[in-house]
Amino acid sequence: MSRKKLTRRQFVAATAMSSAALITAPYVRGAYAAGKLSIGFWDHWVPGANDASTALVKEWADKEKVEVSIDYITSNNKKIELTAAAEAQAKSGHDILQMPSWWPHAYSENLEPLNDVMEPLIKQNGEVNGTVKYLGQSGGKWLAVPATPGSQIKGPCSRIDLMKKYAGIDVQEMYPAGSPPKADNWTMETFLKAAEACQKGGFPFGIGLGETTDSVDTAGAIFQSFGAELVNAKGDVTVKTDAVRQALEFYKRLIAVLPADAPSWDDASNNKWLISGRGAMILNPPSAWAVAKRDAPQVAEQCWTHGFPAGPKGRFAPFLPYFWGVWSFGKNKEAAKSLLVYLSSPAAIEKFVAASGGYDLPAYANMTTLKTWAEVGPPKGTLYHYPNPYNHQTLSIAASPAPPKIAQQIYFQATLTKMALRFAQGEKMDTALAWAEGECEGFMRT
Amino acid sequence: MADVVVEQGRLARVASPHRKGANLRNVLGRKSTVAFFLTLPLILLIFLLVLYPAFYSLYLATLNKAMTKFVGLGNFTFLFKRETFWMVVKQSCIFAVTAVIFKALIGFIVAHFVHNIPGKKQRKWRGMLLVPWVIPPAMSTLAWLWLFDPSYSAFNYTLSFFGVGPIPWLGNTFWARFSIILVNVWYGAPFFLIMYLAALKSVPDQLYEAAAIDGANWWQRIWFITLPMMRNIIAITTLFSLIVTFANFDIVRILTSGGPLDTTHLFATWAFQVGIQSSDIPLGACVSLFMVPILAVAAIFILRDVSKRGNEA
Repeated sequence: MSRKKLTRRQFVAATAMSSAALITAPYVRGAYAAGKLSIGFWDHWVPGANDASTALVKEWADKEKVEVSIDYITSNNKKIELTAAAEAQAKSGHDILQMPSWWPHAYSENLEPLNDVMEPLIKQNGEVNGTVKYLGQSGGKWLAVPATPGSQIKGPCSRIDLMKKYAGIDVQEMYPAGSPPKADNWTMETFLKAAEACQKGGFPFGIGLGETTDSVDTAGAIFQSFGAELVNAKGDVTVKTDAVRQALEFYKRLIAVLPADAPSWDDASNNKWLISGRGAMILNPPSAWAVAKRDAPQVAEQCWTHGFPAGPKGRFAPFLPYFWGVWSFGKNKEAAKSLLVYLSSPAAIEKFVAASGGYDLPAYANMTTLKTWAEVGPPKGTLYHYPNPYNHQTLSIAASPAPPKIAQQIYFQATLTKMALRFAQGEKMDTALAWAEGECEGFMRT
Repeated sequence: MADVVVEQGRLARVASPHRKGANLRNVLGRKSTVAFFLTLPLILLIFLLVLYPAFYSLYLATLNKAMTKFVGLGNFTFLFKRETFWMVVKQSCIFAVTAVIFKALIGFIVAHFVHNIPGKKQRKWRGMLLVPWVIPPAMSTLAWLWLFDPSYSAFNYTLSFFGVGPIPWLGNTFWARFSIILVNVWYGAPFFLIMYLAALKSVPDQLYEAAAIDGANWWQRIWFITLPMMRNIIAITTLFSLIVTFANFDIVRILTSGGPLDTTHLFATWAFQVGIQSSDIPLGACVSLFMVPILAVAAIFILRDVSKRGNEA
């Protein structure tokens, strides 16, 4: 049995060749030449909406030769927030993570600056609204890119028939499909009178007073329409002002005509209220209408989504954008940025909006008149005014303009709704204000 | 005898490889070593899932909000000044103590009923009564949420036939506290039932027979025989339940999220709200650590009593 002997020269040559092959291998443009990308997207509640995201990512991945993996993470019970906290803590996780409104600021130290992505996107898609800048930017640095999936305006969704019958308001005439709103008389006073009339008629407005986002967002828009800020943009506590007092007085009158258990409402309660046919209006994105289309079509065909009433300091509507963030410890940041540009292209945005039945809102000025909102129904045009096509109202978030890290505390501790509820339940104005002031001082921790 | 041992030792030193093997065999053969290795997976699990997180949360609790600076006990002193924190302390105590009392009481009464049911039927009842305890609480609490739901409450619907209600089950402080305690009692009473039933079965019948001869009535039998015989089980069950109830999260989180006006928050739910939702992880860790001294005091008192009685016995 002969055995071939490997000389030292042969061994060195073979080693050098295999090393060279290994080193150069990644630069050969194979199936996944540009590496891997791991993505954590928000798990959309609209059936089929995740498929649009998957398809868009796949299109991009095939073109760019990147191997992608997507996890759809539910927002139920704060799973996204938990994931973000865990990944920021471990400095490891997805390359791109979709995060709710306040999280870019909360993890600003761990996020890759995205000015090189956002500046061309703004040129391409139009300016973003003030709330997106407030939540997505820090010291001129873009912390994250506004995501179309999940972003929403929580405006009024009214019952056409009940509002006409009990409040004498024709919401379709006030917000006609295809043309600008004629809503000069749609003020906080009109809103309150309508709430009282509908409550008398047995169909109270379904507005929560709990600690979840729907309740807080409504309170935020109402307080802002009175110019009421608990903490101003400089970070000073401004609770004891006339504006806050006016907002509280208004809220007290409103709470008197809301359902008795509104303090326990969560984000599903208002949807159920509308779908069950018990209320004349809720303040919500069109999710309730979409579910009603399936479960209670007779309710859905009477729904009309429109703008917020105006207060003494303007017309504000709650806007909750989602963001796509790129972790600074991510392994493939360039690929991540390239994907975000792709997902923010007009064609991709249109696909997101169509797949979600009009629920998802792009943050860009040029993208508010897509055909989906004009066409979906019944009734046709019900979502026409949902994306604020005429900039008729200022899109805002509760607790702004306080510095975001303080505002986040005010928002998640539901200080606005709690203060309003305390006052409405009989606490003295000064006591309620002192309580809120104490809370806000506690939020100043750094 | 000692000489032999020394002699054996000297011999063993000469033949060292054999000695090493023999020693290892001896060590491995010891019952305590086997026991240690058998429990090692559990010890590792406890270290990874309990001790490490516990010490890590201690470390977190000493950082500032941005987690960039050591602040010592600063977070604790901050909490002492917060009105909501003291409300949470009070509520956690009300919740845990009330729920444990009712669970113990219901468990004790039902255990007696079940104990008096003859053989085969008793097994069926035991099985049925354990159902609430074996369903994952997050799932059963969701069913309760539907029963309390503002729009579709089955309770309010039923009450409406009697002209009562609608009751804001989760929207009013009193009713919200009542509801979370009710669900906790519903879930936890079967645990007490099964423990008390086991304890009842271990009480010798002769004691009751002797008491009957002495003319003891029903109450005297309970007071002078059943309760003293069950004391240790009652103490340990109460302690165990107190710890679990104090640390409850899922029931409150699902039913009320701490509302209305924070009046149903417990340590765990408030820690979650402060730590995760408001991105103040050090303060959240700090809130959750407050359970430790309170439960430690309860544990010391109850366990001291148990060991005292053990020694007396």
